Amino acid sequence: MYVAVKGGERAIENAHRLLAHERRGDKDVPEVTLPQISEQLALAVDRVMSEGSLYDRELAALAIKQARGDMIEAIFLVRAFRATLPRFGASEPVETGRMQVRRRISSTFKDIPGGQILGPTFDYTHRLLDPELEEGFVPEEPATAACSEGATPRVTDILGRDGLIEPSPKADADQPVGDLTREPLSFPADRDLRLQNLARGDEGFLLALGYSSQRGYGRNHPFAGEIRFGEVEVEFFAEDAGFAVPLGAIALTECQMVNQFKGSATEAPCFTRGYGLAFGQSERKTMSMALVDRALRARELGEEALAPAQDEEFVMSHSDNVQATGFVEHLKLPHYVDFQSELGLLRKLRREFAQAQTEVELREAAE
Amino acid sequence: MNTPAYNFAYLDEQTKRMIRRAILKAIAIPGYQVPFASREMPMPYGWGTGGVQVTAAILGRDDVLKVIDQGSDDTTNAISIRKFFEKTAGVETTTSTAEATVIQTRHRIPEATLHAGQVLVYQVPIPEPLRFLEPRETETRRMHALAEYGLMHVKLYEDIARFGHIATSYAYPVKVNGRYVMDPSPTPKFDNPKMDNCAALQLFGAGREKRIYAVPPYTSVVSLDFEDHPFSRYRFDAPCALCGSEDSYLDEIVTDDQGGRMFVCSDTDHCESRQAQGHRGTQSAAPHKEARHG
Amino acid sequence: MTTIAELPAGFADKVLSAQTTFRSVMEAMARPGSVQRVITSVGTPPHLMRGAAAIALTLFDHDTPIWLDPLLAETTEVKKWIKFHSGAPVISDPSVASFALISEGRALPRLDGFAVGSTEYPDRSTTIVLQVDRLTQGPQYELSGPGIDGRAILQASIKPSDLFERLAINAALFPRGIDVVLVADDAIVAIPRTTRCVGYGG
Repeated sequence: MYVAVKGGERAIENAHRLLAHERRGDKDVPEVTLPQISEQLALAVDRVMSEGSLYDRELAALAIKQARGDMIEAIFLVRAFRATLPRFGASEPVETGRMQVRRRISSTFKDIPGGQILGPTFDYTHRLLDPELEEGFVPEEPATAACSEGATPRVTDILGRDGLIEPSPKADADQPVGDLTREPLSFPADRDLRLQNLARGDEGFLLALGYSSQRGYGRNHPFAGEIRFGEVEVEFFAEDAGFAVPLGAIALTECQMVNQFKGSATEAPCFTRGYGLAFGQSERKTMSMALVDRALRARELGEEALAPAQDEEFVMSHSDNVQATGFVEHLKLPHYVDFQSELGLLRKLRREFAQAQTEVELREAAE
Repeated sequence: MNTPAYNFAYLDEQTKRMIRRAILKAIAIPGYQVPFASREMPMPYGWGTGGVQVTAAILGRDDVLKVIDQGSDDTTNAISIRKFFEKTAGVETTTSTAEATVIQTRHRIPEATLHAGQVLVYQVPIPEPLRFLEPRETETRRMHALAEYGLMHVKLYEDIARFGHIATSYAYPVKVNGRYVMDPSPTPKFDNPKMDNCAALQLFGAGREKRIYAVPPYTSVVSLDFEDHPFSRYRFDAPCALCGSEDSYLDEIVTDDQGGRMFVCSDTDHCESRQAQGHRGTQSAAPHKEARHG
Repeated sequence: MTTIAELPAGFADKVLSAQTTFRSVMEAMARPGSVQRVITSVGTPPHLMRGAAAIALTLFDHDTPIWLDPLLAETTEVKKWIKFHSGAPVISDPSVASFALISEGRALPRLDGFAVGSTEYPDRSTTIVLQVDRLTQGPQYELSGPGIDGRAILQASIKPSDLFERLAINAALFPRGIDVVLVADDAIVAIPRTTRCVGYGG
């Protein structure tokens, strides 16, 4: 005897309880703490802050814990929180040229003012799983040296001084910086919105697109002009004070790609730029972002835009992993009403097909 | 740690204003998709954030809210959304279509005729009816601007050539107020006629795609078709096994793995109301009991 | 000079008042010709009726440029009140206005000076808030269009007297067009661009 199913509410409550239980795991295993996540899984925190579009290490660590390590779920938690925060305005542009540099490399020159500083990087490690890290490993104290007094100018500024690279576009005081979280995106989109979209975009998606451009799908001959990681001051112009007030320092990674040179009948050729910026130490993200940024500039640089990485609407409509996962995973929601309609139509078509077959057979039999 | 304090119905006032302005323009241009700056909500994009934002923007203290998914108040996502509003707005909620002032729905229009004091808020995944024919927003916006809907008619005609029928069974495109072609959301085409000349206001929210649209009351909504292939509704041809209804949309319930099937009203409030009035189907028994598992 | 403390108040309960006012405007827009009431209490600067003030507080903010008629534009208290309570920028170019506040009929300029939207974005058009004498008695206007079951009769005393003739441009412009909200003290009636006046009687 069929009884209509009820109890959806209780099922959900029980599911939440089970989830909380699974999230904690074996109670004899010590609980992971937020400082542990922030300190020892720092790059996960950096990614969640960048794509969550919110600089707060503690909250990002909490999100990672709550999400059981699912990064996109953690990013979603941070974004949803961010949406509730009051917005006061925009900071002054951060001066990455004045960054307190912890890592800074350039592939375009052997040596540069300020030097090549490897910093804390996986780059030249051998990818051999190290059982010593299992427990109780005490790392050696890092080597130290006297702090250099010299400036660490940006490589692109060095190239720019000789006019070898296109100048960075000047900020237009009358044109406020776009914000796609406050106005719906429309195409074509200007570079400020494109960069914002990419900064929030999924690292894997941008990595694949950047990779595709290197493999010939919209090749733009990139060189890593500079990648720098360190702290910058954030300042906010306070109306009543009449000057910019420092709010604190944040860790950023900046990547400047030097790309395919370009000239015209009226202008001497020079290198073009691709730009990437992210919170924390996020090199893969900023490099991918810079490659895709340059690819998306195809239209404004008069290049034919045929490759996926150059397709502005395609890239920007699919870069947001919170949107993407929402829609992909929504297929788990009940769809039985629509499926019923499809079933009905399919059954009708199959009946008609069978009937047509029968008629054909009858006709053939009669002959 | 920063912990947030939430506003009535969750959204901050600035977001509500932005959505409210979009709603007003949507009403003034029936069937036209108004872009809006959709916010991240505490449920995922694709799970009703557009509908939730519209409801959150219009909801008031004195409203009575009904939330359904697949026609039922008891499906998981309907429960989740109803609880969200209970928590953030403290409004009275109901399963009764007749008593509700605001009804948020996914994939069905209630069987009961709606009246002038009601607002129906649809959850919409893909607002653009032309999207599957033309992926680019820049193109589809131009088509709507010029009322260039040839692509849609060609698709429907090709269906007829290939299958003998228009092969769209849900999210069946309609023309609103004789001007805009609109996606009614993935309701079965059975529900399309209810949209036409409806006494209630119909609002549509697509959160991920960031569009709001509307059909004012008493507005013409006509399903696209051809003279020689007129629009027809599909409904499994049987009475509801529980209440005997002959004209409600039915869910197919698989009862065993030998091909056993039964058909029951998708609209649970409609079915329960009919049963309360004494209507019975062939398989109805005692009133519902909570399932004993889980 | 008026200090902030001396400015007329806004809403006492912002959240509740904005919601009820919005529902009234929404109902008005959804059912053109029907008279809706703005029930909340609201402070009013000079020359603004309660309904208009409530609509301003409900819908204006720093994303909505506002055009004021000359009388309102010259009244510093009105501009201050708008700026303080909503942060909305007051602009002089009607063609980029989200909203226009018109204190009385003869101050209504040519409608084609306002934003009518584009064919691709017809929503980017000005909504005019026009203060009139009465919305529950006066000459009869017979209205039809979306939101109206057959015909609706609006009895109102409206200036400018040729308002509906002027609004006839909406028929040619559609989907672009101007949407209007009429205000008489706390009563409001909306005339979206889809509404046509099909009859008029004294």
